[in-house]
Amino acid sequence: MTAVSASVRPGRLKEFWRYFSENHGAVAGLVLFVALVIVAVAAPVFAPFDPDQQFRDALLMPPLTRGSEGLFLIGTDALGRDILSRLIFGARFSLFIGVVVVSVSLIGGVIIGMFAGFFRGWIDTVIMRVMDIILAFPSLLLALTLVAILGPGLTNAMIAIAIVAQPHYVRLTRAAVLTERNRDYVTAARVSGAGPLWLMFVTILPNCMAPLIVQAALSFSGAILDAAALGFLGMGAQPPTPEWGTMLAEAREFITRAWWVVTFPGLAILITVLAINLMGDGLRDALDPKLKRS
Amino acid sequence: MFGFILRRLGLLIPTFIGVSLVAFFFIRLLPGDPVLLMAGERGISPARYAELMSRFGFDLPLWRQFLSYFNSLLHGDFGTSISTKKPIFTEFFTLFPATLELSFCAVIFAVVLGVPAGVIAAVKRNSWFDHTAMATALVGYSMPIFWWALLLIIVFSGMLGWTPVSGRISLTFFFPKVTGFMLIDSLLSGKAGAFRSAASHLILPTIVLGTIPLAVIARQTRSAMLEVLGEDYIRTAKAKGLSPFRVVAVHALRNALIPVITTIGLQIGVLMAGAILTETIFSWPGIGKWMVDSIFRRDYPAVQGGLVLIALIVMAVNLVVDMLYGLVNPKIRHQR
Repeated sequence: MTAVSASVRPGRLKEFWRYFSENHGAVAGLVLFVALVIVAVAAPVFAPFDPDQQFRDALLMPPLTRGSEGLFLIGTDALGRDILSRLIFGARFSLFIGVVVVSVSLIGGVIIGMFAGFFRGWIDTVIMRVMDIILAFPSLLLALTLVAILGPGLTNAMIAIAIVAQPHYVRLTRAAVLTERNRDYVTAARVSGAGPLWLMFVTILPNCMAPLIVQAALSFSGAILDAAALGFLGMGAQPPTPEWGTMLAEAREFITRAWWVVTFPGLAILITVLAINLMGDGLRDALDPKLKRS
Repeated sequence: MFGFILRRLGLLIPTFIGVSLVAFFFIRLLPGDPVLLMAGERGISPARYAELMSRFGFDLPLWRQFLSYFNSLLHGDFGTSISTKKPIFTEFFTLFPATLELSFCAVIFAVVLGVPAGVIAAVKRNSWFDHTAMATALVGYSMPIFWWALLLIIVFSGMLGWTPVSGRISLTFFFPKVTGFMLIDSLLSGKAGAFRSAASHLILPTIVLGTIPLAVIARQTRSAMLEVLGEDYIRTAKAKGLSPFRVVAVHALRNALIPVITTIGLQIGVLMAGAILTETIFSWPGIGKWMVDSIFRRDYPAVQGGLVLIALIVMAVNLVVDMLYGLVNPKIRHQR
């Protein structure tokens, strides 16, 4: 019986798509996002040059310059590297950061929040107080401090951002579990002999997914922004990695001489984050009936 | 109401203990020995090492070290900065007005533009204004503010030469520090052009720091307004023959502002995170830049003390927001 309630009803996906596609912005965001994923996956196909190749005769070339090796569509940086190729390869890092951070914080947050909401009592109290403590620090500051402990680098930046993003999932899961755990279908499953783990993750969890999916979209874009900010401060991915925030940090000193080195990496971050947020808005409208039509 | 405040205060005690635990373990988790770290590159003799170990209490069991650290926190002793040798508490609160002034201006900027934009967008729902305002808000909400800052510098400081690039006031002005707020101090100094200089230094950082709160407030105001405009009492007010302006400004806005006030309060954490980036880019001498500098200088006691003080400020602001919310909304007050 529980297995039936957990499986996706036919037509549910169709209903979701009907609501989602009503929101033109969300569809535009989805198209952009899919395009970005394709570009990132097939980066070597799309990039005109190797992202680390330095053309010493073409330093800080403005957009649309034709060098001896070919066209630099959006210019070169201070080391003569093609910015477009670096941005294309950089998409891999940003999307990878988003996927890793969201998976780690979502899985961890759901498990912790599920325990807090399901068992209540002292477990709940301890968990929620720990989350309060994490939330008492501004997220970027805590991430910066964690990276100071772990050492600068992309992996450590992702760990730090995942830890900082976790409490939101814990709170959402707990709140959803609290409303679900006393429903009749849970009692029925309990009476028919389901154990606590089965109740938590097979019976209750599928009914708590809507707010979690919306939060996942939000924290996906948040993770990309935070990782870029850490890279910009010199605490994230290290040069010569073509991570967009790190590229901006390298470009800072040329801000008055070469606007293109500064403009395009930031534009790439903005477009990616915007696409994901557009999708997130659409997801929220389609999945969260309470917020529907507001 | 009194019980509600007491309950909220009670919740803060474990959080504060937790925050100090985090700060305490921050120093212990750092790679390397704390005394060797303080000694720096010069090295240290074994006798002096042992002396310092016992002076700082590093030879005691961990739980006793924490108790003595917690005790000193309660007495207002947040440690001493390695790089300046000054107490961290003094250093923090010398720089804090700069951050407060910038954050305050950013919130004003966000509210003054965001609330009217949200109200108009809701009243003229699906108009071109609504669509433009909400699209702009979504872009603002997605903005990497460190890049936004660089763009504004390129255009307004570089190309147009309208605004200065960094600092709080032009170096040609010297006057005594009275309040720590440059706008007020420059007026008090009576020097011609001082206020103008301070204000022009504030413009770009204010826009950068205020962008995300502005977007959030505009979106939140719009959706709160839409909800309220559908209520029966609004229909009644309209039916009574009140002017549309009065219905919106007096009857609807007052109720729509309740969730907006909470949103503004929640933006304080966002502002502190934003201050780290904004202050670093504009060389704004506030606590955000100080924290980043301390991390890069490996001035770990400063980072540790700063963490606790910033967390305390965030907690205090959240408490005030909660109390304001409890004051306007009895349902929250009586919740357990």
